[in-house]
Amino acid sequence: MSDISITIIDREGEAHTVEAPTDMNMNLMEVVRMHELAPEGTIGICGGMAMCASCQCYVLSHEHLLPEKSYEEEDMLDQAFFVKNNSRLGCQINMIPELEGLEVKLAPFTT
Amino acid sequence: MIKTDILIIGAGPTGLFAVFEAGLLKLKCHLIDALPIPGGQCAEIYPKKPIYDIPGFPEVLAGDLVDNLMEQIKPFSPGFTLGDRAETLEKLEDGTFLVTSSRGVKHNAPVVVIAGGLGSFEPRKPPIPVISQYEDKGVAYIIRDPEVYRDKSVVIAGGGDSALDWSIFLSNIAKEVSLVHRRKDFRGALDSVEKVEELSKIGKINLITDAEVVDLKGEDALDAVVIRHNGNAEEEEVKPTDHFIPLFGLSPKLGPIGDWGLEIEKNAIKVDNAYDYQTNIPGVYAIGDVNTYPGKLKLILCGFHEAAIMCQSAYQRIYPEKKYVMKYTTVSGVSGFDGSRKEAKREVVKSIN
Repeated sequence: MSDISITIIDREGEAHTVEAPTDMNMNLMEVVRMHELAPEGTIGICGGMAMCASCQCYVLSHEHLLPEKSYEEEDMLDQAFFVKNNSRLGCQINMIPELEGLEVKLAPFTT
Repeated sequence: MIKTDILIIGAGPTGLFAVFEAGLLKLKCHLIDALPIPGGQCAEIYPKKPIYDIPGFPEVLAGDLVDNLMEQIKPFSPGFTLGDRAETLEKLEDGTFLVTSSRGVKHNAPVVVIAGGLGSFEPRKPPIPVISQYEDKGVAYIIRDPEVYRDKSVVIAGGGDSALDWSIFLSNIAKEVSLVHRRKDFRGALDSVEKVEELSKIGKINLITDAEVVDLKGEDALDAVVIRHNGNAEEEEVKPTDHFIPLFGLSPKLGPIGDWGLEIEKNAIKVDNAYDYQTNIPGVYAIGDVNTYPGKLKLILCGFHEAAIMCQSAYQRIYPEKKYVMKYTTVSGVSGFDGSRKEAKREVVKSIN
C-alpha cells in the first residue's frame, strides 16, 4: 500500500484528514466518495467524465503540482456555478505520491 | 390512453434492453423519457465516448450501443413517449397502474419499471435565490417559441453552444440581445463563436464577458437583471430587460419519481435484489443505475442482467396462472410482434445416393 494523507473540507466546512491510495488509479472525487464526505447523489454524478460539476472543489495547496485542465474540464467549469480561480473537478485529479498533504474544499452542491 | 404490458420509465440502455427481454416473453413495452431521443445518458452526455466493459464488445461508442439496442428491439415494436416526463403514478382499482406525463399523456399497464438512471435531465439553474419566483414571468431555461421574444429585450447567460446559437438566432427577432458570460473564451463550434463576434461588432449582440448575472429585479414580473463584472460586488450594473434566459446545459435529477412513495436511499430506489428488483410498491420495479441494494454496481451490464430477471417476475405477475420456461434465443430464435422471425439456420438432412 502506498497511501498519502490529504485534507478535504466538506460542504459543511468540517475538515477531514484522510488516507488516499496512490496505487489504485483513484481520483479525488472517488476518495471523497470512499470516505463518504458528501452524500451519494451529490458528488460524482456523471461517474468521473468531467461532464457534471458535482465534484467541483477549490484547491488550497499543491496547485502547481496538478495536471493542466483538459478541454472537457475547462468546458464543464465554464457551465458550473460558484467557480473561482482555484476551482478544479475532483474527478480529474489523480492521486499521486507528490500530492501528500493536499488540501481542498468541496464547492457547494448545485442542481 | 396508452395501454401496454410493461411501462418503462427511462429509455437508456437498461430500459431499451428490457424491451428485448420482455419481447422474448411476448410482453409488450412502452417507454417514457424526458429527453427527445432514446439512449439516456449514453445519448445525452457521452455519445462519442467509448465504453470498454460491455461483454462481447472490446470497444463500443455509447451512441453506437444505443443504435445497436434500438436495432435489437425493433422486432418488438416498442412505443415511445419522448420529450415528456413521467409525473404521477396511481394505482387503479383493477390493480394496474396509471402513469401520467407532464404533458398529460396517460399510460396504463399492470407493471411499471423504473429504469430512470440518474433521473430526468433538466436545465441547470443558476444559484440566484429569487430565480424561481420569476420562472415563466420573464425567466425561461428552454426556448420553446422564439416568437415570444419578438421586439423584446433579452439577456442570455452561458458560454456553450446553446447560448451562442440562441443569441445568434434571437438577434434577428428580439429588439436587443445581450450575451453574458463569465469568461472571454467561448467553447462552442468555431462558426458560432465567429458569428457572435461578428454580430457583436455590428451591434446586433451586446456581448458582456467576465460578467455574471447575480440577481433579478421586478415587482411581479422580471424588469431587470443585476450583472456583476469581474467578480467584483462593487462593479454591479442593473440592466433593464424583458427576458432572462440562462443556458447552462442539463443535469439529471430524480424528480417526481422521488414523490411516488418509493423507498429512497442514497438518491436511489431500494429494491429486492435477492429476487426480482421489485420496489416496496408491488408491481413497480426499478432496474439499472436508478436502484440500490447491497453490493450494487452502477454498470450498464448490471442493468441488462436486472432487466432479464425483472421480466421473469413481471411475467408471473401478469400471468399468475402460467408457468414460463426460460428459452435460449439460439434454440427458439426471436419472433417479433412485427411478424419478423430470426432463427438459426437448420441443418438439412439429405442423403447422397
